[in-house]
Amino acid sequence: MRILLDKFTKKFDDTVVINDMDLEIKDGELMALLGPSGCGKSTTLFSICGIYQCSGGRILFGDRDVSNVSSQQRNVGVVFQNYALYPHMSIYENIAFPLMVKKMDAAQIKKEVHAIAKLVHIGDLLERRPSQLSGGQQQRVALCRALVRRPDVLLLDEPLANLDAKLRLEMRSEIRRIQQETGITAILVTHDQVEAMSMCDRIALMDEGKVLQVTTPNDMYHNPQTDFVASFLGNPPIAFLEGEVAGNQVLLNGSQLKVALPSSIRQPDNGTKVRLGVRPELVGTDRGNAVAGRISFIETQGRENLYDLTLDNGAVLRSIQAVRSDISMGQTANWNIDTERVLVFDTNGQRLL
Amino acid sequence: MSNENSRNFKSWPVTIILTVFSLPILVMYLYLVVDTFTNTEPGSLIPNEFTFEHWRFLWETEPGRVSIWTATLNTLIFASVMTALVLSVSLTAGYALSRLNMPYRRFFLGGVLTLHAFPTVTLVIALFIVLQMVGLYNTLIGVIFIKAALMLPFGIWVMKGFYDTVPWEIEMAGVQDGASRFMVWHKLVLPQIKPGLIALGVFSFLEGWSEYVLPQIFTPDADVQVLSVYLASLIADDQNFDFNLFKSIGLFYIMPVIVLYLLFQNKLMNIYGGGSKG
Ligand SMILES: Nc1ncnc2c1ncn2[C@@H]1O[C@H](COP(=O)(O)OP(=O)(O)OP(=O)(O)O)[C@@H](O)[C@H]1O
Ligand SMILES: [Mg+2]
Repeated sequence: MRILLDKFTKKFDDTVVINDMDLEIKDGELMALLGPSGCGKSTTLFSICGIYQCSGGRILFGDRDVSNVSSQQRNVGVVFQNYALYPHMSIYENIAFPLMVKKMDAAQIKKEVHAIAKLVHIGDLLERRPSQLSGGQQQRVALCRALVRRPDVLLLDEPLANLDAKLRLEMRSEIRRIQQETGITAILVTHDQVEAMSMCDRIALMDEGKVLQVTTPNDMYHNPQTDFVASFLGNPPIAFLEGEVAGNQVLLNGSQLKVALPSSIRQPDNGTKVRLGVRPELVGTDRGNAVAGRISFIETQGRENLYDLTLDNGAVLRSIQAVRSDISMGQTANWNIDTERVLVFDTNGQRLL
Repeated sequence: MSNENSRNFKSWPVTIILTVFSLPILVMYLYLVVDTFTNTEPGSLIPNEFTFEHWRFLWETEPGRVSIWTATLNTLIFASVMTALVLSVSLTAGYALSRLNMPYRRFFLGGVLTLHAFPTVTLVIALFIVLQMVGLYNTLIGVIFIKAALMLPFGIWVMKGFYDTVPWEIEMAGVQDGASRFMVWHKLVLPQIKPGLIALGVFSFLEGWSEYVLPQIFTPDADVQVLSVYLASLIADDQNFDFNLFKSIGLFYIMPVIVLYLLFQNKLMNIYGGGSKG
């Protein structure tokens, strides 16, 4: 079911947490709400499921305005960060609880619980108590309980935050699989860009209660509208170089180094101050514009290494390359920047196109 | 716990030390029990005859005195009705203070804490006047209300502590699952605070059972006497003072306490543990 936030505003007493937010989540889509801690992701999520009352604007499920509908009537499944399983009930009873509330008859409940448990692969755990499960298993139970009612919308608040790295990888694809198999519209809150990029159809990037950009992971990575968005996506993160436009080049501050502007952008006036966003994969390529610097740091990542290249003005470029034995710390290097793919921002952080 | 501990340090030295220090008390209790079933020559420590005569109060009532069973029944009513009152009010008030965003919440919390520390005796005269005015002086109902009211701050505080340990998300998950607020409380929260509820119940009952000052002041009459007052009136009676009878009744009086305590000692510990573990 499509979800629409229309000029949605949320205040706690006098603090405005979300201001005039517009966001559409399409039917059957998995949308990520991505942003730094405290930007209002959970607040948005809890307002969609009805735990918080909206202070302004509307929330629509399909064509139904649910802004003033109680949580119980919204038909939303929620997976909380700490799973919130009912500790005194068995796994079966946990999953059956939403159906029991609906006063479904026992035989039907049994059928539904077993069906959903099979989908989520926890069929053999139904007799246990939550305390007897591992984190990943509890996570699956929480998913089951949220889905068993066949909600219109599934909300996940940092579902992977409490898992270890390996389980996180596994549950990432599991959640995606289950979401696709059920075809449910879902919103995933996370502050981990990798999670958002790898699982979701689209990402809404938030900061300080505002949505900065909404688009597909791929597009957001390659076409960020602001330097904040550019810096939020990508690991290792993007590096920025400050400079001034001189012809079709940028003269870096405090240096004689020049970097060519991409030919695709509209030529800014000479003397315009700009920030160049250079992703690690654009440094050390076989084409573009060479810059000289000193290797100041090498981080082993296994298949690849991450090199820090410090320029003569102190700015640091990051470069990710296949492991090379010909480079050591402190050595000077003359590496190419693939300037056609460099991102150019003005001093306010807006992308120049 | 105890198994894990004993692996790390030897427990028998502690046991011996505790036994040595407890021995005098144990001996005194033993004498208490033995004394109630025997007669002893004056000046001697060793009893010389076995008798049930000190327990005769169980089946005969001395003239001018109320039957022990009436007093027992009164004590039972006093303690259990008071407990029921304390439990029902603490259960709801604790929830409100812990969860609901009600006005003056801080004020109430402060009030509860202050009242908890308030010495009962300073209220006696005021309470006496109030009871007389509303006509509840010398009734069990009157003294039940007073004892319950004085117990409530403690009860509310304890229950609030237990509610605080139930994660907020559990309730929200329940609401999302479609349950009403009441159902969430009844089905999801209540089972988790049950240890607290049981502990508070036993504690209140024991408090009620052993309460002396309030019934002594507000229900002195024979037909509404509770056991503690009955026992006190026994000592106050100089005419025919029977020390062994006094001991027997005392034993009779503390027996339920010991039984309850033995049954629920683990649960009682919860009150002090804040209820994090069930
Ligand atoms: N009940 C509340 N009363 C007042 N302010 C609140 C309340 N809940 C949240 N806030 C504020 O709203 C802002 C957003 O909080 P929110 O929990 O939505 O952040 P978040 O994006 O989920 O962060 P995180 O990633 O750390 O979970 C924060 O600045 C927080 O202090
Ligand atoms: Mg949050």
